[in-house]
Amino acid sequence: MKRTVPLLISAVTGFILIGTAFIPMFEEWGNDAMAWFNLLAAFAFILGGGNLLKMQLQKISAQQAGWGYAAVTLIAFFVTLFVGLAKVGVHPNAKFPEFSWSGNYLEVGSAFWWFFEYIFTPLSATMFALLAFYISSAAFRAFRAKNTEATILLIIAVIVLLGRTYASEWLTGGFPNEPIFGEGGITYSDFKLDHLSQIIMDDFTTPGMRAIKIGIALGVASTSLKVLLGVDRSYLGSDQEA
Amino acid sequence: MHLWKNVVIERLMIPLLCFAAGMAQSRADDPPKAKQLAPPTQFRAEDVDGDAGTAIDLFWTLSPDDEEDTKPRKVLRYVISRKQIGGSEEAVVLESGSPFVFEVEEKKPEFEEIGEATYRKDTFRDSNCETGVPYLYRIQAFGPDNAASPTVELKEPIIATLQWFNLQRSWFAVFVFLICGAVIVFIEMARRGKTLKIRKIAGLEAIKDAVGRATEMGRSCLFVPGIQDINDIQTVAGITILAQVAKTTADYRATLEVPTSRSLVMTTARDTVEAAYLQAGRPDEYNEDDIYYITDEQFGYVASVTGKMVRDKPAACFYMGAFYAESLILAETGNSVGAIQVAGTAMPTQLPFFVAACDFTLIGEEFFAASAYLSGEPQQLGSLKGQDFGKLIGGILLLAGCLIMTISAFESRGEPPAEGKETVLQSAQIYLKENILGKGGFKP
Repeated sequence: MKRTVPLLISAVTGFILIGTAFIPMFEEWGNDAMAWFNLLAAFAFILGGGNLLKMQLQKISAQQAGWGYAAVTLIAFFVTLFVGLAKVGVHPNAKFPEFSWSGNYLEVGSAFWWFFEYIFTPLSATMFALLAFYISSAAFRAFRAKNTEATILLIIAVIVLLGRTYASEWLTGGFPNEPIFGEGGITYSDFKLDHLSQIIMDDFTTPGMRAIKIGIALGVASTSLKVLLGVDRSYLGSDQEA
Repeated sequence: MHLWKNVVIERLMIPLLCFAAGMAQSRADDPPKAKQLAPPTQFRAEDVDGDAGTAIDLFWTLSPDDEEDTKPRKVLRYVISRKQIGGSEEAVVLESGSPFVFEVEEKKPEFEEIGEATYRKDTFRDSNCETGVPYLYRIQAFGPDNAASPTVELKEPIIATLQWFNLQRSWFAVFVFLICGAVIVFIEMARRGKTLKIRKIAGLEAIKDAVGRATEMGRSCLFVPGIQDINDIQTVAGITILAQVAKTTADYRATLEVPTSRSLVMTTARDTVEAAYLQAGRPDEYNEDDIYYITDEQFGYVASVTGKMVRDKPAACFYMGAFYAESLILAETGNSVGAIQVAGTAMPTQLPFFVAACDFTLIGEEFFAASAYLSGEPQQLGSLKGQDFGKLIGGILLLAGCLIMTISAFESRGEPPAEGKETVLQSAQIYLKENILGKGGFKP
């Protein structure tokens, strides 16, 4: 029962969503199914919040390694929840000036907005900025010329890298637009780094990406069918209790 | 002389100035006469094919004043209005004196503005139609300084009709039917005992080694199911792989941690891991607190997971699901703590990062094949053969398409064919582009 009912729900919903691609009448049903999912996700958010509190409180009470971070998480969680729910610093709506809570909680200048603008956004940007350093270290490892394939990869990477920066103009911008052999055919300017980089991107990278995407599309179709037909039920858990 | 000056100034100049000022004032009070623009022509409407009867497409030929290179532009926009024909609309109005009592009043349909198209645009889709209701449309071009064209109205009203099947997607339906049919047929064949040969996937073979290494080192295994919710097929695929990984960790008695960024993924992962431990005969080893929710926020989640990695130094990290910019941050942190890393995703833009930073990467279709491969169940393996059949169809179509396009390109190097007298290859090329890949459907 624990597996059959969810399987039935997912199968019916899944086939309706497939139907929306071909049967215009199903479009509305598909929207309804997505609305139901959003409702479920909203309720599950309470579950997630509860779990977050439980885990952090456990860490603090057991004084596990890094329990200080758990304390910071809890403080941040409750303070943000309070300023959001109490609408701290929000002005009442012009239509209902007698109700102090009638303003929008996201109002510019409110405490919630301030937290978002001056704490959340810079912290997210800091994490994102780390990517620049990680790209450098990953590229350094990936482009070491250990064997023939790695050497080819390195050369192509250098061409694409230089071709997409001003270095391409600086290094090869002076190549004349004159044929190398006789009339017509290949010209010197065909060897400009930006041109070579574009050839690599258009003629090698794009077909490769498309091949991967075709594989992905087939994989998605096959996995969806396995899930909808109940061939793969591992994501549904077990009928028995542990 | 002095007298003459007084006479001229007082008797002539002052009245003249007053008259001039009055004239100027009266001119300023008159509204400026707006310049009339040439109207758009050949205004027509068509019911949108293959929809639920809620949209009508409008087409027109641009106003002669809507020229491409003229600056400043004479035409800035086309305003579209609509009127319902026949019957009357019902309007809810407030009854005077009683703020909470409403009454329904019949309203005579009039033209109402429904949208506008910018200059040089000659189409507009009205997506807010009611099925079976006749509508009359009109269009008017507007320019700067209130310049407007005369309105152009449709000669006949048009009705949006409901289509039972979207014929534009007929060819797409054929391919879906073929590929899904092949998957089902191969699953059935595998159920009946037909042996299927599946090539080895190194990344999946490495899962057992990675868990074994973690057990030997006395460290944990970390499984990251991506940052999307359970309605994403990649998350579902990741969770099915989690079932197999959990079975292995249960067998090896290793610790498995699953931090999630969505509450629904957490509950699903808990059920899955619990079932895997039960199946492995070690239900007592299952600890639901090892599968926990962190936050929906992308970089908040990354900060927490990477912090955990640096503190706990897991021996094996699995990244299976949908990833965005966080892929490289996670994989590089895992690399820096010396973990064996296996990643799988269907996000083409993130694959290079995983390839660079992880020991094994499941690329696209391998990721979706992983669950079937690891489970070893014949009916699941059958689905992989169905996928292969899909690739065969795709390959044949690609080859045929390339050949047709190449040869017809050579053909069109010569004299162009007379209008309506395309060669077979050129017709095939048009059919391929317009009908199979485009929206033509089965229409010849």
